Amino acid sequence: MCLAIPARIVELEGDNAVVDAMGNRYRAKTTLLPETKLGDLVLVHAGFAISLVDEEEAKKTWQLLAEISDFDETPNKVSG
Amino acid sequence: MQRGLNTAMPREQDNRKSEHQGLTVMKTKKHDRILLAHGGGGQLSDELIRHHILPRFKNDALSELADSAKLNLSSESVCFTTDSYVVKPLFFNGGDIGKLAVCGTINDLAVAGSKPEALALALIIEEGFEFESLERILGSISKAARQNEVDIVTGDIKTVEAGAADKIFINTAGIGVQLAGVDLSLERIEVGDKIIINGTIGDHGMTIISQREGIKFESQLKSDCAGVGELTCELLKNTNGVKFMRDPTRGGLASTLNEISRGSGLSIEIRQGDIPINPTVQTAADMLGFDVLNIANEGKFVTVVSPESTEKCLNICRGHQLGKKASIIGEVMETSDIPIVEIETLIGGRRIVQMPYGRELPRIC
Amino acid sequence: MLEKIYKAQSLMNSACESLGRQINIMEVCGTHTVSIFRSGIRSTLPKGVKLLSGPGCPVCVTDQGYIDTVLALAERSDCLIATYGDMIRVPGSSGSLETKQSSANIKIVLSSEDALQLAKDNPEKTIVFVAVGFETTAPATAVAVQEAAAKSIDNFCVLSGHKLVVPAMRALLSGKNDKIDAFLCPGHVSVIIGFGAFAEIVEGFGRPCVVAGFEPMQIIEGLGEICRQLAKGFAELKSIYTAVVTEEGNTTAQKIIAECFEPADGYWRGLGKIEKSTLKLKDKYSRFDALNRFNITETPGKEIKGCRCGEVLCGLIEPPECKLFAKSCRPDSAVGPCMVSSEGACAAWFKYGDAKRTG
Repeated sequence: MCLAIPARIVELEGDNAVVDAMGNRYRAKTTLLPETKLGDLVLVHAGFAISLVDEEEAKKTWQLLAEISDFDETPNKVSG
Repeated sequence: MQRGLNTAMPREQDNRKSEHQGLTVMKTKKHDRILLAHGGGGQLSDELIRHHILPRFKNDALSELADSAKLNLSSESVCFTTDSYVVKPLFFNGGDIGKLAVCGTINDLAVAGSKPEALALALIIEEGFEFESLERILGSISKAARQNEVDIVTGDIKTVEAGAADKIFINTAGIGVQLAGVDLSLERIEVGDKIIINGTIGDHGMTIISQREGIKFESQLKSDCAGVGELTCELLKNTNGVKFMRDPTRGGLASTLNEISRGSGLSIEIRQGDIPINPTVQTAADMLGFDVLNIANEGKFVTVVSPESTEKCLNICRGHQLGKKASIIGEVMETSDIPIVEIETLIGGRRIVQMPYGRELPRIC
Repeated sequence: MLEKIYKAQSLMNSACESLGRQINIMEVCGTHTVSIFRSGIRSTLPKGVKLLSGPGCPVCVTDQGYIDTVLALAERSDCLIATYGDMIRVPGSSGSLETKQSSANIKIVLSSEDALQLAKDNPEKTIVFVAVGFETTAPATAVAVQEAAAKSIDNFCVLSGHKLVVPAMRALLSGKNDKIDAFLCPGHVSVIIGFGAFAEIVEGFGRPCVVAGFEPMQIIEGLGEICRQLAKGFAELKSIYTAVVTEEGNTTAQKIIAECFEPADGYWRGLGKIEKSTLKLKDKYSRFDALNRFNITETPGKEIKGCRCGEVLCGLIEPPECKLFAKSCRPDSAVGPCMVSSEGACAAWFKYGDAKRTG
């Protein structure tokens, strides 16, 4: 019941972050993930980062379908 | 190439102002915002037209400033269309309301199998609208018209009180000359026909959404707003297998395919893996819970083409700047009872693609 | 990828053979419902595996009374309603937020922070944040309430419709539908509460619980794992969403929820009253509770005649079995929330249809 996507923290000041998901940049709060830092891959839901994302597992979870639907241009920003 | 437009002699008064007829805009009095008087038909209206409109849209029919434009068209078979543009924000990555107003109407003419020739341009401007924004929009209209080889032959400007319109609304009506020997219709569609799209979907709609108040996010998203007339003409001149075309604007690909299915009485099957989608667009849609199939496009068209002509059509598209990512996305199928549009998903599953509700709402759940 | 699909399908087939009857797996998450339909997974399942949509669509299980309360507050000129887009088209007893004429005082927000910002930007209005969602979304509301308290943003209040997943699963198994063989558990709720939270369902009711994400392959593998367990006759707790889910969950988020909210009895559409299944703001934050501020007592709404959303939500019937389905109840003229909510089982069935099975 929860839309959330993986995104990378590209700016962080206090608990105010800017995250990047495949070239889309959103504001997100890191209040629920105090240990997070710049460069981390996080799961973002309703404007909040709710979990750190394991990079290796992320490739398996979200990349699997990308193997089939290959898009030649854009580099994969999720796995960084 | 004979354009077929009236080449009447300019009126004598205009000769005195010929030095103003370059693209340099000259204002006799500096206004930084539109006043009601600019739409009043008097001095300010006149200045607006002569100094801001005419220099940008140089053509003989318009410079007559007659009540109607006289056109001599090369054929009696014409296509005629109109569209109104109320997009917000007015300026977005990849275009603005002006470019949209030209390309959108051109595309409607193009997919009907005609060569777009002339546009009418009507502006309704809210009092207080910044002149600088207006000039920017007029510049976009002018550029888009030139790039697509259409003339703005007639127009109208009205102003309304502050609050009576949201900044600016534009209407364009367009005339195109039917290409010889071209007959595009839903009735011609048959089982086995293939469906081609000239590129990625969802770019325009997601770009607009990304810049709306309340949703605003920075992005590499860019509208695909473009006039496809040159490409459609090339397709129609070089093959005779094209049966039908439509541009998937509001409601996206889902809407267009459903219209084609209903109109032809035949089912359509598409393959998710063959639909070109930019990952940035897909992710932006995922973030908001939108289905990319339902999102608007402004530089794309769907072609239904005979199996024998499919390869040639695909190559023509891919050889053109606006068709580099063209793809065969599906085909027309036998129908047992009600015609439906089905999609074969990436994992090999199947589901129905319904006509969208008409408004995509962002969700978090 | 194809091998993983075949493997999952063969596990499902074995389970069907081994049990010799239909297997009912409930997916307790509206986002799973939508993902399952959009990716066409249903058409790849063997005939013996039936997927039931459960009460995991927070909008669908929101009682009619709550919706009517929001509509009543939307009528007030001193209020500004801040809501997630999910709620906009849900029908109350007289229209929805969408059909309300003055949409000027209804704003769609994507985050509780946006709602708080509205409060700062509109000091002359009271902002009512329509806080629906399960444990995934509750922390966001809690953070906003804490910030409002700390910065004295007194024109902000919350109408909490937050619900808890495990009590609903318990209630289902204890009374409404005992034909559920296993649960595909919500991936993002588990990020917050930890997959360990489902242990009581496994131990107390002997049902396999597998936590999966929302990508189609996650769901397929999750179903495969459930069937593997069913075939072997045991019930285990497992998470395959290892990228983001841990056993203990996000403890910071759990603490923030506990600081602001307390579990309370609440009404769920279709399930009736469930003990300690909703979140209510604690007394120390009562001034940010819209019920308190506007002196509202929530009364459960009357069910609409003919509407079988409740049975759909419990997995007792499939949407097409409801007489109103696709006739008087369609997405453009929905009778119950299951049809209008983007995650509602009825909407998913209507939109994505019962496409031909390939399996």
